[in-house]
Formats: sequence, C-alpha cells, structure tokens
Amino acid sequence: MAQFSAFYRSSIGKKFIVAVTGVILLGFVVGHLIGNLQIFLGPEYINSYAEKLRALGVLLWVIRIFLLVSVVLHILFTIRLALDNRRARPDAYAKKEHVKASLASRTMTWSGLVVLAFIIYHIAHFTVQVADPRFALLKADPLNRHDVYSMMVYGFQNLVVSAFYVIAILLLTLHLSHGTSSFFQSLGLNDKKMTPRLALGGRILAWLIFVGYTSIPVAVLIGLIKPAQEL
Amino acid sequence: MNFNLRVWRQKTGEGKGGLVDYKATDVSPHTSFLEMLDVVNERLAEKGEEPIAFESDCREGICGTCSLTIDGEAHGPDHPGAACQLYMRRFKDGATITVEPFRARAFGVVKDLVVDRGALDRIVQAGGFVSARSGSAPEANSILVPKHDADLAMEAAACIGCGACAAACPNASAMLFTSAKVSHLALLPQGRPERTERVLRMVAQMDAEGFGNCTNTYECEAVCPAEISASFIAKLNREYAMATLRKRAGE
Repeated sequence: MAQFSAFYRSSIGKKFIVAVTGVILLGFVVGHLIGNLQIFLGPEYINSYAEKLRALGVLLWVIRIFLLVSVVLHILFTIRLALDNRRARPDAYAKKEHVKASLASRTMTWSGLVVLAFIIYHIAHFTVQVADPRFALLKADPLNRHDVYSMMVYGFQNLVVSAFYVIAILLLTLHLSHGTSSFFQSLGLNDKKMTPRLALGGRILAWLIFVGYTSIPVAVLIGLIKPAQEL
Repeated sequence: MNFNLRVWRQKTGEGKGGLVDYKATDVSPHTSFLEMLDVVNERLAEKGEEPIAFESDCREGICGTCSLTIDGEAHGPDHPGAACQLYMRRFKDGATITVEPFRARAFGVVKDLVVDRGALDRIVQAGGFVSARSGSAPEANSILVPKHDADLAMEAAACIGCGACAAACPNASAMLFTSAKVSHLALLPQGRPERTERVLRMVAQMDAEGFGNCTNTYECEAVCPAEISASFIAKLNREYAMATLRKRAGE
C-alpha cells in the first residue's frame, strides 16, 4: 500500500482525486437536470419521478452518501492543492498578464465556493424544506403524492431566490467550462489533437447545463408554468 | 526609441527588493531586449552605479539562460521566443516596461533579475537520464523507433529548461518542464527500462522543491519558447499513474 499512499500525497495523485470526484458530481448535475426538466411535462411527470426517487429507500441514501463523500473529497483535496499553490509563489508579480489562462481556470476556487454555498441553501430549500414556510402549506396532489411541481413553482416565484439560483448556476457553468475538459487532462486521457476538442466540448456542455437549469426559474417567473394548487 | 524601465532591484537573496525607474534613451529599434539592458548598464557603470544583474548566454534562443518577466509575461510579449529574441521594435516608443525576475518559491532570487533555477537541475538529477552506457550513435536500423514516437520525443526534447513555464503558471508549477523531461525518454527504447522509477522519482523531487500544482490553465505552453505542448502534462499524469500500478504490482 506504500505506493498508493505516495500516489495520493503527490501533486498528480491529488489532482486525480479532484478529477474523479469532479466527474461524479458532473454526472449528478446532468442527471439532476434531466430529472427536473420534467417540470415542463407537467405535474403528472415530475411528481411521479419524485415518488420513484423516494421509493428507492435505502438505495437513495447510498447514492446520497456516495455524492456527499465525493463532494467532501473534492473540496478537501482542492483545499490542499490551493494551499500548496499559494505557498509556491510567496512574492507576487508587480505586473502579471495572462496569455492563455481563461478566467474560468483562474477562478475555480471562488466559483466552487459559491456553488458550495448554493448547494447547502438549495438542499435546505427543496430537500429539507426549511427555507420557505409556505412549503408546509402544500397539500398532496390528486394521487396523494408530494406535489413537487407546485413546490418548485412557488419556490422560484420568489425573485431573490431565483436570482441567487441563476447566479449560482452561472458560476457552476464557469466552474464546469474548465472542469469538464480538465478531467481528461488530469487523468492523462487526452493528447495534442483531443485537447482543443475536449475544451470546446466541455464549454458547450457547461452552457447547455446553464440553459437547462435557468429555463426553469425563467419559465416560472414569466408565468409559463403555474402552480397546480392554490396555497 | 526611448523607454521608461521599471526594473526589479534586489541586492541579495535574503534582502528586500523593489522596482526602480530607469530611462533607456536613443535605443535602436533593432536592438534585442538584452542588448538594450547592456546599454542601460554601460551608462549606469559610467555614472558609478551598480549595473542591473541579469542572466544570458547564447542570445539566440537555444540555451535557456535568460529569465526575465517582461510586462508580466515570461520572456516578454513575443511568443514563442526567449527574452534574448525579443526586439525593441516590438514596443511602442515611449512605453513603460516592467522587468521582473521569474517568480516562484523554488526559484530564489540571487540578485536583481537573476534567480537560482537549481531546482530544475535537481528534478533531472532525480531520474531524467539513462543510467546504462548507450555508446555512440548505433546503426540507424538496429533499434527501430516508430516515426510518431520519434517525432513526439523530439518535440519533448526541445525543452531548453528555462523555467518560463513555472514562472508564468498561476500556481508556479513546473509540470510542463517535468513532463517534457519524462516524456522524451519514456517515448524512446533507450529510456524505457527505467521509465517506472524515473517518473516516480522526478515527480517526488518536483513536489519536494516547492513548486505548485497544475490546474490545467495552459499558461505554460503559451509562453514556452520551445513550444512544448501541455499535452505532455497529460502524458506525465498517465505515466505517473501507470508507474504507481507497475510498482505496486512489483514489476
């Protein structure tokens, strides 16, 4: 095991952990988006989707713990890498130009921290449902299921909530526009020909995610989607 | 042409440094950046002032000795190329130009613009060589090397070890340098027997020298005077992971 512990202590090994946990979380971001876009199909679809997720029971908790461990590892190893990086240049340049490094690549720590703050709020808002007192007034839908559809609509009707949501998604997009192609570089899965293609593919995926997620609060705010029940 | 220079002056490695203003007057547009500094130094010496210390050797872009950060870019604004291949016609007349040393914890300032890049030598000493005697060049057909591998190895071997990659990296990481040195040997038959130990030792030394970690910004390849591609960093990551597995399996 000595060789593996040396690996995880090395600069490259730490990056491996960040890359692998990052791609797991990217998988969640894509899956979560596809699930939630069902709101456009109406309450029937999204309420039954939510019911099926709840019916997973123990498996749902296994997935949640797996994701939580991924988030924690992703953050812990990034903190260690970021501290190393800060120490690696104690005297800053008086003047520094960036020839190629993108804004996204230079602000991964900050975009990541805002997204983290958002995830905590988002779970409190929609999963634990402690951030909005109106959610307690929601009745079950006609098939006696939790009315996730109306909860989402009432949640996003709050302009401040939707604004924070869109800002967080924008920073997530920035984070993923660098992170997605970085995964291939950190794991050594690319070459000179693939690097620019993966970079472009990563940016396209990130912006598709942006359009997908922001379409929900926008549709709610312009009145395209209305709650299925009155409070 | 006339320029206002802001040059980093620092008496010793331990002391504190700062930017000092100098005027460079009547400079021919065809002088190189280093020749312009020579002219400034001659005038400083005439006045009895301490000349600006900076490193140079071949002055034709192949030795990797010059190490200036000019206007916030390693080797200046003309990429690809070393600072010695930068000409004053590249700047606007009357421009203010900031000149700083390559900055990284692993590159300690010796004096003014001169830094100690011994850390890069120690990374090579950790494994960037073939320890068996390979003798003189063999008959060309006795060891066959695929064209693709030979080309890639040559590309990696073009690294002149100047350290601009670490100087430009937002994290002061020397991954591009290390990846070039690991790759050019790993791609050739002569370097293959020692590839496992080589990459493990060189990465360990790179980390021990206090360089930062790569965050895939590719700033390094943009300033590299030898145009080393950051895809060699992907190759290094791959080599390192495979070497860990091979070592674990007891090979």
